[in-house]
Amino acid sequence: MRQALEGSQAIARAVALCRPQVVAAYPITPQTHIVEHIAKLVADDKFHCELVSVESEFSAASVVLGAACAGSRAYTASASQGILLMSEVLFNISGLRVPLVLTCANRAVSAPLSIWNDQQDSMAVRDAGWIQIYCADNQEAVDATIQAFRIAERCELPVMVCVDGFTLTHTLEPLELPDQELVDGFLPPYHFSRALDPLAPLSIGTLVAPEYFTEARHLHHAALLAAEKEIVAAARDWAAACGREQAPLVRVDGPADAKIGILTLGSVFGTLLDARDQFPGLPVKLMHLRCFRPFPVEALRAACAGLHDLIVLERAIAPGADGIVGAEMRSALADTDSPPRIHNFAAGLGGRDVPLAIYPRLLEAIKKPHPRMSAIDLRPELLPADSPVRQEAAP
Amino acid sequence: MIRLGKEGGMIEIRIHGRGGQGNVVAAYVLATAAIGQGLFAQAFPAFGAERRGAPVAAFVRIAETPIRRRCQVAQPAFVIIQDETLAALPDTLAGLESEGGVMINSQRDSRALSDTFGRATYTLPATRLSLEALGRPMPNTALLAAFLTLTELLPVAGLKDALAQRFRGEVLAHNLALVCQVADATPRGIWKELVHAASA
Repeated sequence: MRQALEGSQAIARAVALCRPQVVAAYPITPQTHIVEHIAKLVADDKFHCELVSVESEFSAASVVLGAACAGSRAYTASASQGILLMSEVLFNISGLRVPLVLTCANRAVSAPLSIWNDQQDSMAVRDAGWIQIYCADNQEAVDATIQAFRIAERCELPVMVCVDGFTLTHTLEPLELPDQELVDGFLPPYHFSRALDPLAPLSIGTLVAPEYFTEARHLHHAALLAAEKEIVAAARDWAAACGREQAPLVRVDGPADAKIGILTLGSVFGTLLDARDQFPGLPVKLMHLRCFRPFPVEALRAACAGLHDLIVLERAIAPGADGIVGAEMRSALADTDSPPRIHNFAAGLGGRDVPLAIYPRLLEAIKKPHPRMSAIDLRPELLPADSPVRQEAAP
Repeated sequence: MIRLGKEGGMIEIRIHGRGGQGNVVAAYVLATAAIGQGLFAQAFPAFGAERRGAPVAAFVRIAETPIRRRCQVAQPAFVIIQDETLAALPDTLAGLESEGGVMINSQRDSRALSDTFGRATYTLPATRLSLEALGRPMPNTALLAAFLTLTELLPVAGLKDALAQRFRGEVLAHNLALVCQVADATPRGIWKELVHAASA
């Protein structure tokens, strides 16, 4: 049954359906509503877990790390500066190969201070060794949250479910929440084979000398690469259980023989789908990169086969370099037969609205070469009058 | 309930108010009412700095098919204004369809404001009505009741169901009474044509 739910509320309910035994979090806009709703479910006796209020995100991540090491299913959520403050612990969680789930309510990173949506926060920890799944809408966020626990536990890796802050978290829309029975069938009680046991004491996280460090890192890398098949299996089995199909790695929408493709991550995908209908013209293939880590090279090569032009539209930027996903796409497609020209743009940084009109602008922009990444929605008139950047950016 | 223009038609509404006036709640309640009637809907705020009294906006889309776009509403069919002083700000009426309507919390005469805005306009003294009914200046439910009665976009009963999902006890009872009072006093369906034109 479809219910009217705010994204945050639906994510909180999805988390409760997964029965984590420990939830620890520290509030930060726009993630706050998620943990508030979880706290309310606990207070109303509708969800039983150890809900730990902590004094910082560093502690939130540390608490769920400890809880997961002790064999609990554990969950946390954060955003922006919270993710950055957690970052030391995020590397520890994944390096120790501890399964848990984190929702990142994507938000810009300071400075300048912004509370609004972009994806700089999760992109800043892209190499933390976590699985990262990006959601195009709130139904995907519900389904990905449930799948994330299974993926984490089967791979012994942490999963970050990335949901655009405000644009998704604060949007109310009709959503399907599964029955408890369905989730219980998909996600049986968890047994962590390496759970700490006072009767069989062992040390974890100890010093690893150069003799073994490379092997530990390499195994972690191999585990991430191998996680791809569990991500595919989780989406397939969840579709069989609840009836909602979802492309697990890359969603492709549009004619197979299109010569132009646009690849993006997150909620801007839906806007592009509508924009393509609104501005009919050349056939365009729209692609949503759901699984960013592990980076699904084969799926992306298949999705981009035959393209002459690939637009990579990101909600983050790597200052002084290029786009983050754009650079990875260049690398993934470099040794294919006739790789497309790649045009890399940022849009929607710090919460700037991404309107339908972005679509014709993108298609117009690729007619001239763009050697370096730029923000497609830059407003040169807002730059200082004497700035050389303004002269360069002027149309 | 009326059909939204052509197949797959969508109606877009923008609500302007000040922080603390229940702007986002109004958007959520309206979308919840639509979803309760089997339609698709989407409601979300345009958060500015979160402080009481600052101008804020919220957006609602209602459609017969799933809503995919996530951009802000730039060309609304209707604007609902909870604080009359905001009408003078350029953002408030920006992009409003020429055949659209303005629902405004005001003691002034509808016709006089129609001329000012150049759009069909309906005024409702919603602050006074809410002070009488709720004891608080919360114009949102009264405005929604009048809006749904004028447009017949959704049955007023759907608004009551949506309120019942969000409020309880005395607050709910007083709001339901206010909704009935406003709906009874508002002309029925005189904005139906606007809905049809705007969603076509």
